[in-house]
Amino acid sequence: MDNENKPSAAARRQFLADTARMACGVGLLGLGLGLYARHARALPPAAIRPPGALPEAEFSAACIRCGMCVRDCPFDILHLAKPEEPMSTGTPYFVARQLPCEMCEDIPCVKACPTGALDHSLKDINKSKMGLAVLVDHETCLNFLGLRCDICYRVCPVIDKAITLDPQSNARTGRHTLFIPTVHSEHCTGCGKCEKACPTEVAAIKVLPLYMAKGQLSSHYRLGWVEKEKAGGSLVAPEVQHQYNMPEGMQYEHGKGLSGSSGAVPPAPTPAAPAALPKALQGSKL
Amino acid sequence: MNAILKTSPPRPGAEAVAAKGWLAAHKWLILRRCSQLGILLLFLVGPWFSLWIVKGNLNFSYTLSFLPLADPYVILQSLAARQVPEKLALIGAAIVLLFYLLVGGRAYCSWVCPVNLLTDFAYWLRVRLGIKGSAHISRPTRYWMLGMTLVAAAVSGSIAWEMLNPVSMLHRGLLFGLGLAWAVLLAVFLFDLFVMRHGWCGHLCPVGAFYSLVGKLSVLRVRLPARAACNDCMDCFAVCPEPQVIRPALKAIAGTPPMILEANCTNCGRCIDVCSKDVFAFGTRFNATVAPVTGVPQAAPK
Repeated sequence: MDNENKPSAAARRQFLADTARMACGVGLLGLGLGLYARHARALPPAAIRPPGALPEAEFSAACIRCGMCVRDCPFDILHLAKPEEPMSTGTPYFVARQLPCEMCEDIPCVKACPTGALDHSLKDINKSKMGLAVLVDHETCLNFLGLRCDICYRVCPVIDKAITLDPQSNARTGRHTLFIPTVHSEHCTGCGKCEKACPTEVAAIKVLPLYMAKGQLSSHYRLGWVEKEKAGGSLVAPEVQHQYNMPEGMQYEHGKGLSGSSGAVPPAPTPAAPAALPKALQGSKL
Repeated sequence: MNAILKTSPPRPGAEAVAAKGWLAAHKWLILRRCSQLGILLLFLVGPWFSLWIVKGNLNFSYTLSFLPLADPYVILQSLAARQVPEKLALIGAAIVLLFYLLVGGRAYCSWVCPVNLLTDFAYWLRVRLGIKGSAHISRPTRYWMLGMTLVAAAVSGSIAWEMLNPVSMLHRGLLFGLGLAWAVLLAVFLFDLFVMRHGWCGHLCPVGAFYSLVGKLSVLRVRLPARAACNDCMDCFAVCPEPQVIRPALKAIAGTPPMILEANCTNCGRCIDVCSKDVFAFGTRFNATVAPVTGVPQAAPK
């Protein structure tokens, strides 16, 4: 256009106006798109990424939404997010309560990923961190209520490591033990088998994304007993042997319980005969 | 054209049908539809009949566990979002790039992309219903869109365009479940039908814009070995989704050789079909001498 004749001022103005309009329109669309994409990063807690998935911020940049992982999952647990679902459209996820990860030893979903959005350095499925199981509801968990449900513990593929049953006394009955399912984040892979198997109407144990499920101690915190072990002794002051003030002839030792002093009271360490106990320790309140 | 050509054959290509027969006048159109539907079918027989010839979708696919193909545009967005994909995706993208450097970048649009079926249908309906008038957005807007998607990827740190991209939404939707993607596709269809002629594919789609950049250098071209035979029937302009690409080559403007070198030619071949004078033919971009077939030989432009 500059060869033939110089564009008139009006034409130039028109050109600038058109360009500005176009740039603004596209820019506005881009702004909306960017915000939309940012929002989608707040992965909804029920959606669990496949094993080996990079942290969400990196995942949404690395995953090209091809669905190869979905295709190679032998149990068909994975879905690609549809546009109406509150995460990046086309990215893979599973819902533990519907179908949990079966933790295949050869991890075919990770192998299928062409971009490494599912990290290829994950070779041992037991090391995957898809999420973390959390016993979210202490009020409805059957074990908390005193039953021996134990289902989450039994179905856990990393049984006795990822979930243990920790005994506690049942304060309600005063005479029973609660077996509290306790998740250990070090071993839990987030497969979701426990959430799937939880027999209550709504699962009392749920797999949540790690960022939601895990707390973190402040960096200056030290665990006294760990430090003590490391140092081979108390770090603060010489340890004082704790003295129990017991009635005459009785002894109490931590971990061993009550006993009579040597010979004075005959039935010493065996199940204490109630008659031998001082009055204060008798009765049903023990 | 509607008003002027009232007396002449109402449909572009009628002359070609009379001269060459219906089949020859629709050869490339039929081949193109076969390619579009065939590629779609290759993907669909997997989920439909568990016949896994091709896995994945247009963003990345693996054919017979042997041939990786990746969309270089998606890979570019991933790179813009500062993630370097693993080898398989990069190899796939390189293969696709090389392929389109051979057959023409926007051949992707006309021979592969499933949205083209939708927008071609919208255009067909637009003509049949006699819908006139079209919003004005300039064709280079698509390059702004392309730039915007890359900036959005860089700023948001995610492949943001994939959240809206109608191309992958349709293809992925057909293979993995559509969800509400139909609403986005309906919007594209209605936009092309009522608001703007060739609106999406011809003006806005950043995928097409990306492939047109590949097509700047591509080898396969529509050539005009008999441009002197042109009788100005305008049928090629009427059927071409990017009519601005024809004029320089057809009218030898500024010494343009007789081949369409514009990046936005989709190599759909419809101009070859509808020309009763056989002005157009597929060829390579090399060796631009004219071999006149019919009509008055023109002085060779070289």
